[in-house]
Amino acid sequence: MTDAALAPAAGRSKGRGVALIAVGLVLLAVAPFVVYPIFVMKLLCFALFAAAFNLLLGYAGLLSFGHAAFFGGAAYFTAHAVKEWGLTPELGVLVGVAGASALGLAVGFLAIRRQGIYFAMITLALAQMFFFFCLQAKFTHGEDGIQGVPRGHLFGVIDLNQPLAMYGFVAVVFLAGMVAIHRITESPFGMILKSIRENERRATSLGISVGSYKLAAFVMSAALAGLAGATKALVFQFATLTDVGWQMSGEVILMTLLGGIGTMIGPVVGAAIVTALENYLATSDFPPTIVIGVAFMLCVLAFRRGVVGELLATRWGKRLAGRGED
Amino acid sequence: MTMDAPGSEIVLSCRGLRKDFAGFTAVNDVDLDLRHGEIHAMIGPNGAGKTTVFNLLTKFLQPTKGRITLLGQDITKTSPSKVARMGLARSFQISATFPHLTVLENVRVALQRPNGLAHQFWRPMSALDRLNARALELIELVGLKDARNRPAADLSYGRKRALEIATTLALDPKALLLDEPMAGMGHEDVAVVSAIVRDVARTRAVLMVEHNLKVVADLCDRVTVLQRGEILVSGDYATVSRDERVRVAYLGAGHD
Repeated sequence: MTDAALAPAAGRSKGRGVALIAVGLVLLAVAPFVVYPIFVMKLLCFALFAAAFNLLLGYAGLLSFGHAAFFGGAAYFTAHAVKEWGLTPELGVLVGVAGASALGLAVGFLAIRRQGIYFAMITLALAQMFFFFCLQAKFTHGEDGIQGVPRGHLFGVIDLNQPLAMYGFVAVVFLAGMVAIHRITESPFGMILKSIRENERRATSLGISVGSYKLAAFVMSAALAGLAGATKALVFQFATLTDVGWQMSGEVILMTLLGGIGTMIGPVVGAAIVTALENYLATSDFPPTIVIGVAFMLCVLAFRRGVVGELLATRWGKRLAGRGED
Repeated sequence: MTMDAPGSEIVLSCRGLRKDFAGFTAVNDVDLDLRHGEIHAMIGPNGAGKTTVFNLLTKFLQPTKGRITLLGQDITKTSPSKVARMGLARSFQISATFPHLTVLENVRVALQRPNGLAHQFWRPMSALDRLNARALELIELVGLKDARNRPAADLSYGRKRALEIATTLALDPKALLLDEPMAGMGHEDVAVVSAIVRDVARTRAVLMVEHNLKVVADLCDRVTVLQRGEILVSGDYATVSRDERVRVAYLGAGHD
């Protein structure tokens, strides 16, 4: 996860161009008419999850191995709030995000005291503790999970049981999340994060309280991961242990690395690849885990910067990103 | 500051500084006083504990014993980022830049916090543009203007050191600790950096570790010789260079 892999993050992506964003928006608008909408919504949730994870790994240089706790935790909180308390979906999502942020604060507070692999191990350990909590707690209904979560009426008006309305809601949440991540990474705060990622001791010697910035980034990442998880709970109308398990934490790492860390679009592409593979292989005899494992190995061996990272490293990609020789 | 003359105000000082690592004492009973407007050199053979003293003074290491004061305030138990905010800036022996940030961004990062532009995560990057003028001034001072938009990783070793000095100066520190600022530099670069150090020291206290004795003789008002973690001699260059023990330490233990 060192220099070569992080190089694209330094990309001054000012001139990436409105064109690319326009293409993305058109794809987003057309997708539900071409592909099964539930699949696209699932993809968008995972894409946002991976982008939130990448905020921490790609821009702050922190590898969390426990992000499923925030994703799956928010799913439980939202599902409970909507089903048991009868909240409207937007308030339910807010409850999920608030819960994930609180969890992120607790986990981050303990984890930022250590670096590298120890940081990852602490996040993993705490996430496993949370998994156990979800297994035992009453409101999560153990192995069954929370089933039959009503989608409800957005702001009490828009019926989210209409597939297109639900899709619109998910698309807006996704876009809002991506805009937030873009704003955070391309801000004065984002610049300080990059400096910490590049050289933590040097940042400290410049009077930067490294710990506070890491914790802030951790909570933001947890909140956005929670936003993704909360939305997913409404899409599928359930919250289960799958989303808080360590496999989910591993999956988001895989998505991010496969797509390319430290880029805006990398995690989205990575999530699309993994979700699509899982979806289409699920019906074949070929076990998806093997295919994804092979894809991951290829990525590590042959294109370490990830799909998007490698693309941006080509001459064509450099021009696209507007950071050729100047 | 009304008084400008060497020997005026004490900016950074330590008494009885000691650091024990498992099984051995790296630094023992070190007293130092850095004065406003003075350049103080710390010399000594490899392994004498110079960098350890740096790390202790800047609080990257916690002393086992002793007391450190900065501008009259006790900083013995203060965190390294806090002492940096109080006006104690340092450079590192191994070049410390932010490799994937541009030269401009490297210096600007140091300017962000003092200008209250460090934690705004809701503002665009262009909010930092108002720091560019000051950053460019510092970059020009160390002769890196032509490379301002290049990633720091692309610079030659000597120019990285120059960038590091510009970044350190961006903090406008009261005390400046430079760990071998001229190591690995060519002749001309040494002259450039010497001139910069002399210039900035007029309004600051400077402590530098330096192996090049010619630089020390030219630049420094006071010299402290460290050997096996203890102060051997301290005084002006002429006094120190005449000292028999220093000659023995340097010639006899040169390969230490």
